[in-house]
Amino acid sequence: MPKPTTIIFPSMDVRGAASGGSATSGGGVSIELDSVTKTYPGQDVSAVEDFSMRIEPGELVMFVGPSGCGKTTTMKMVNRIIEPTSGSIRIDGQDVLSLSPDQLRRHIGYVIQQIGLFPHMTIADNIATVPRLLGWSKKETSARVEELLDTVQLDPAVFADRYPRQLSGGQQQRAGVARALAADPPVMLMDEPFGATDPITREKLQAEFLRLQADIGKTIIFVTHDFDEAVRLGDRIAVLSERSQIEQFDTPAAILAAPANDYVASFIGSGAALKRLSLMPVTSADLSFGAPASGGKRPQLDPTATLRDALDLLVVTGAEALEIVDADGTRLGCLTHAAISAALTQSSPTRGAGPAAGEGVHR
Amino acid sequence: MSTLTSPDVGRRTTGRRGAVARVLAAPLVVAVLGLVTLLWLQSIELDSIEKRTLNTDYLVDRVREHLLLSLSAAALVALLAIPAGVLIHRTNSRVLRGVVLALANIGQATPAVGVVILLAIVWRTGFTTALVALVAYSFLPVLRNTLTGLAEVDPATREAARGMGMTRTQVLRRIELPLASPVILAGLRTSLVFAVGVATIATFINAGGLGDMIVNGLKLQRYPVLIVGAALVAGIAILIDWVAGLVEEYARPRGL
Repeated sequence: MPKPTTIIFPSMDVRGAASGGSATSGGGVSIELDSVTKTYPGQDVSAVEDFSMRIEPGELVMFVGPSGCGKTTTMKMVNRIIEPTSGSIRIDGQDVLSLSPDQLRRHIGYVIQQIGLFPHMTIADNIATVPRLLGWSKKETSARVEELLDTVQLDPAVFADRYPRQLSGGQQQRAGVARALAADPPVMLMDEPFGATDPITREKLQAEFLRLQADIGKTIIFVTHDFDEAVRLGDRIAVLSERSQIEQFDTPAAILAAPANDYVASFIGSGAALKRLSLMPVTSADLSFGAPASGGKRPQLDPTATLRDALDLLVVTGAEALEIVDADGTRLGCLTHAAISAALTQSSPTRGAGPAAGEGVHR
Repeated sequence: MSTLTSPDVGRRTTGRRGAVARVLAAPLVVAVLGLVTLLWLQSIELDSIEKRTLNTDYLVDRVREHLLLSLSAAALVALLAIPAGVLIHRTNSRVLRGVVLALANIGQATPAVGVVILLAIVWRTGFTTALVALVAYSFLPVLRNTLTGLAEVDPATREAARGMGMTRTQVLRRIELPLASPVILAGLRTSLVFAVGVATIATFINAGGLGDMIVNGLKLQRYPVLIVGAALVAGIAILIDWVAGLVEEYARPRGL
């Protein structure tokens, strides 16, 4: 096999092979979809119709919509698992249709819900797949495998030589993410990667994934049907309806505060205010409520908590207010029900406006 | 392909004693069968016709012919049916797949004696004809298992492989064939054992083998000849199945 050290995307690091760099090198590039349409032969209605979107470098964009709305089809056209009928897709300005699909895919991380680990290969061999396709040396490859196993918190000494079936679902999905990251692709496509895991594992994987993305800053398209997951993970959310029509494309806070239409509102479901609170830090509220009366003892909360956590604590304890105290024990202020409500009202942006005040806490 | 493997992972753990018993059962049965036949032969008086057949030289020749015929048939089948299966699989055509399987099924349903004798009538008698008939006859299990094995590879595994930038050939060689190999090997094993049994018919078209003993024994009413011939065929079939089973176990990709 030839040793393709070609740089597929222009602004990618000159890193044909693992330059011994960390898992955190690379970063993302932009993705632009322009009037992309997919019509399957023999069908009158397009699966995806006239889809246009620009995704900024390092952005994590969530495609949310019901089953069959075309969100997965849209995503799979980016790495040409599905070929678009018309329109253009550019990654870092480079038209993907002008590249060989196999070469293209070696530079795009791909994670699917069923994980798709190769059952007859060890975890190490699975992760080494793309580096080997790219002709990395043995030494570089095995160093990279070890590094990635650490990154996804699987002990290399324990897991490298295991076979997929010897791993739990959560561990398998971590290995799947490690495999997708192996050649440090600037772009990742993730198709409901945590969909098949139990709620506890899912939450853990989501938290780990957010931490990881904060480090690596890939450009990610993440498909899910779970709106709460979209709110939790996404920089921006595209709410899609049939034929992959974009109903709203905005930050989670903006969508929660001002759904563009009834369709989006119905997708958000009940508890929009609570979901918004989970995106706001306690410090975004008015903390100037008076100090406790002498002798009064109030529940304490860390300033890194969200307003939703605060509300939860208020309801559980029945207290009139919470003390916000940081890790050093410094008192930052005091939070009441009224302050939480006020924070919510203040942050309501006008429809379609940019990021709401106090948005983007969870990063 | 797989370089980073540790020796103690992925081994089947059926329990040591069970495994040993399974490995030794077939040769034991054959040994007992052979011993009983030998003792029985020594206890009876053989006439001149029987003596002409039941001696080492004659037996070795017949066994050699029989093995040559069935093993080369199985080897040819492997060389032809596996690539055929792969090609049909790669066309992704359900129609072609259906047609081929239907044709192969018809071939399978035709009685072996009929195939051998018809072929001898329209062509010629002898080893080559017997070989062709045997190949045609044991083609199906390997073809069918190759198709089934490849079709049974999890679509998600295939999609992951494609999504990572493997070419179609790489997907076939590194993912599909290894994953389908247990099923394909099982088909080969079936067709091999098949071939050993059906090769007895070769005697009808003058292609030798242990069928000679069975047919002569019957015709001349020399039961010792008949019985030794039958016992040899049975023993060979069991032993070959046993060896094939060991190969199958050994060649199965670890991690499955």
